[in-house]
Amino acid sequence: MSAAAPLLRAEGLRVWFPIRKGLLQRTVGWVRAVDGIDLDVPAGRTLALVGESGCGKSTVGRSLLRLVEPREGRLWFEGVDLLGLDAPAMHVYRRAMQIVFQDPQGSLDPRMRVRDAIAEGMQSFGIGANEAERSERVAALLARVQLDPAQMWRYPHEFSGGQRQRICIARALAVEPRLLICDEATSALDVSIQAQILNLLRDLQAELGLAYLFITHDLGVVRYLADRVAVMYLGQIVEEGETERIFGDPRHPYTRGLLAAVPSVDPNRRGVRAHVRGDVPSPAHPPSGCRFHPRCPEVFERCPREEPRLYPVGGGVSRCFLSEPAESGGTR
Amino acid sequence: MSEPVLRVHELVTSFPAGRGRAAAVDGVSFQLAEGEVLALVGESGCGKSVTALSLLRLVPKPGRIESGSIRIAGREVLTLHVSELRSVRGKEAAMIFQEPMTSLSPVLTVGAQVAEALRLHEPMSAAQARRRSVALFEQVRIPDPDARFDSFPHQLSGGLKQRVMIAMALALKPRLLVADEPTTALDVTIQAQILELLRDLQRELGTAILLITHDLGVVNELADRIAVMYAGRLVEEGTRVQVLGEARHPYTQGLLRAVPSLGRRGERLAEIPGVVPRPSERPPGCRFATRCPVRLPRCASDPPGDTPLAPGHVARCHVVAQELAR
Repeated sequence: MSAAAPLLRAEGLRVWFPIRKGLLQRTVGWVRAVDGIDLDVPAGRTLALVGESGCGKSTVGRSLLRLVEPREGRLWFEGVDLLGLDAPAMHVYRRAMQIVFQDPQGSLDPRMRVRDAIAEGMQSFGIGANEAERSERVAALLARVQLDPAQMWRYPHEFSGGQRQRICIARALAVEPRLLICDEATSALDVSIQAQILNLLRDLQAELGLAYLFITHDLGVVRYLADRVAVMYLGQIVEEGETERIFGDPRHPYTRGLLAAVPSVDPNRRGVRAHVRGDVPSPAHPPSGCRFHPRCPEVFERCPREEPRLYPVGGGVSRCFLSEPAESGGTR
Repeated sequence: MSEPVLRVHELVTSFPAGRGRAAAVDGVSFQLAEGEVLALVGESGCGKSVTALSLLRLVPKPGRIESGSIRIAGREVLTLHVSELRSVRGKEAAMIFQEPMTSLSPVLTVGAQVAEALRLHEPMSAAQARRRSVALFEQVRIPDPDARFDSFPHQLSGGLKQRVMIAMALALKPRLLVADEPTTALDVTIQAQILELLRDLQRELGTAILLITHDLGVVNELADRIAVMYAGRLVEEGTRVQVLGEARHPYTQGLLRAVPSLGRRGERLAEIPGVVPRPSERPPGCRFATRCPVRLPRCASDPPGDTPLAPGHVARCHVVAQELAR
């Protein structure tokens, strides 16, 4: 990972959810949603966190904002240890990190006018001297996300899905964050509308120097937006690296399987292959050894017995014995 | 020439909108030959799912089929008596949906549900029905099929549930399978498994498939021919290679350029400006006119007719017609 201190760094992050049972709701086990991950998001760059449902990627996004509390690990924002902060101190950092979710319908209050939804955060952080000034800023933000500022007094239901997602982006930008976490932010949109939003996000990054953590299952979107990619499987990162390298020379069998499974729209390229067998096991009972071994096309004796570490590969890392350097040692 | 498995002619299906009714499907015609896979593609609200539901007269109220003709294996579906309709459903044509849980009962084992479907159409003993069901589970490659017969739907993953649905749909060896977004709710590795399965089954059984989807990649994997739908109408139709490789309608071209692909990086995605017009705001001419980058003055007022481009390749667009005339 890069030498300069990143905007956001996570180290050994763990988020476990208790499984409770019976009348007394005793804890009988844990779902290890996030089970020891390291992440760096440099200022002004985009890190994509990819994986399939249940891999823990959304929980990572929420835990970075402490919307769910990590059980273990360290979290730094511009060198400040976020997990050591009390609620009022954390509030200050919520301004620097904003999140946009998949479903703009669910994240906008249907009874709140668009103007008030966007101005709410400004007020909470003391941005803008008075209501009139905040309204002016709302108008500018709406124009920036290519909506008509004259529509600020309307309600969310009067907008289409793509327009509502623009409103959510404007609301996030209202408090001038340095990091925007996009959790499947374009997944519910039609492809022609998704293209509009992706282009908008790219323009905003170029203009404002925003950093993005882009959480998605869509590898095409990742290729389009990300500088680096982290691939998650069952609560762990299995491969990380520069986008070009991940797509051009994937090392982990799971990454390879994911890429081979994505259908192309090129009529000369047909025939996805299901290299990855079976279904994702439950994160409450992850498999022994390498968590991917029951589905891996390249599994061998060692995989169920021993847990692979992250080995350095081409400027990134891969959690697979096949990526282990010949003269062992020298791993992080 | 033999009768096609499916022939849809000038289908109109409407829903209430404001004070009147709006045609979600507005004069759609297409055919599907024996053993062929036709993909009906388009974005949300284009009318592709309503078209699929119309085929077996499953349009939920207050939706209504207004006019047109639907022939499945030579029989006119729209005038069939309800009792006859039941024999068409399942035997001639079966349907699978995006979300298997909406079609599976949560209180019965999946095996019992497949067995019931079999015994409904053909008298057989419980033991026989079980044997046949387990064989079907095997055919759709459900691991450990005998044990899975006794599972309840909630005990199965999304991919396995979709396999059960496919087994149930194929139980009576229909000539036509209507698959509405069959892989949309699945993760990409599971989607790849289901696509492989559908491709193999189609080859083995020769079932004709009408595939309804928004995903052009999925279309490329399965389809022989593609029909592109926009705001209730077909705008382009052709073979897979013609539509994905030589698209002529500005909407099809826009859709293809808007897909972020694994192969490209850097260049900006092409946007289709604006949004799909509401049914009440559709222009009287070409429905894509409000968003079209190359529209002519007459596009907003005159509905375009079919312009044949090559055998099997048709576009409905004034601009294409004009270019061809030159």
